[in-house]
Amino acid sequence: MTTMPDETAELRTLIDSALAEREHQSGLNTKNKITIIAWDGHLDRVWPTMILSTTAAASGMEVSVFFTFWGLFALVKPDKRITGKDWMTKMLSVMNPGSTSKAKLSRYNFAGMGPWMLGKLAKDYKTPHPTELLELAQGMGVRLIPCQMTMDLMGLTKEDLIEGLEEPIGAATALLEMKESAIQLFI
Amino acid sequence: MSTTQAQAAPVATTVDARGQSCPGPLVTLFQAMKGSQPGELFELLATDPGSRSDVPSWAAISGNELVESGSDEHGFRYLVRKA
Repeated sequence: MTTMPDETAELRTLIDSALAEREHQSGLNTKNKITIIAWDGHLDRVWPTMILSTTAAASGMEVSVFFTFWGLFALVKPDKRITGKDWMTKMLSVMNPGSTSKAKLSRYNFAGMGPWMLGKLAKDYKTPHPTELLELAQGMGVRLIPCQMTMDLMGLTKEDLIEGLEEPIGAATALLEMKESAIQLFI
Repeated sequence: MSTTQAQAAPVATTVDARGQSCPGPLVTLFQAMKGSQPGELFELLATDPGSRSDVPSWAAISGNELVESGSDEHGFRYLVRKA
């Protein structure tokens, strides 16, 4: 089978040119930007979201984080005990206390023991807590964007959320942010 | 530490991020570089083992130049030139 090497080489050339073409195209359509959809409000999800956001900002990337559903509760002011406009949304806020400082772990929560232990470990190893990273991110120009529909659904007002956020947006604008980004993540 | 100070420009700022872990060193470096001029040299000191791969990656994304990197018993040292 003397034709094998030739065929392999031909295939290789084809693949290489296809890859080069794709790289060329993606280079034209994407900005040096990352958009993260922060859907989950658990501590162990918000944490990597904030680590990636601050690191991307430190690398000179444009960063947008769109907070939707449970993720939006991470942006609630820490001193807000109860939010919501009726008994259902109020009850939801009691079961799901806002802010990163009150966020629960998705596993090993142990009625708050887990987050406390993780916080202590982070302090010992000088890893900034999400609350600290959120503040850092704001100072670094990371755009924190609340989802308008989630605000309506959960009965959250602008006054319930921390200062310095972007104007709330909808799904189409979130898609536009993602479309122009080199990296899109759903966390 | 093997330091070959071939560059004429002196180190503008030393950023001591020893003891910090991810994303500490890069965020601290970024904040120190804010408002500086292109071409300025920064020395980053770190103990985070992750910085060995993170600092070159950061340089690749941000466009800043990693001039040299080294380590000794006290940790890691990186020399970065602002783009």
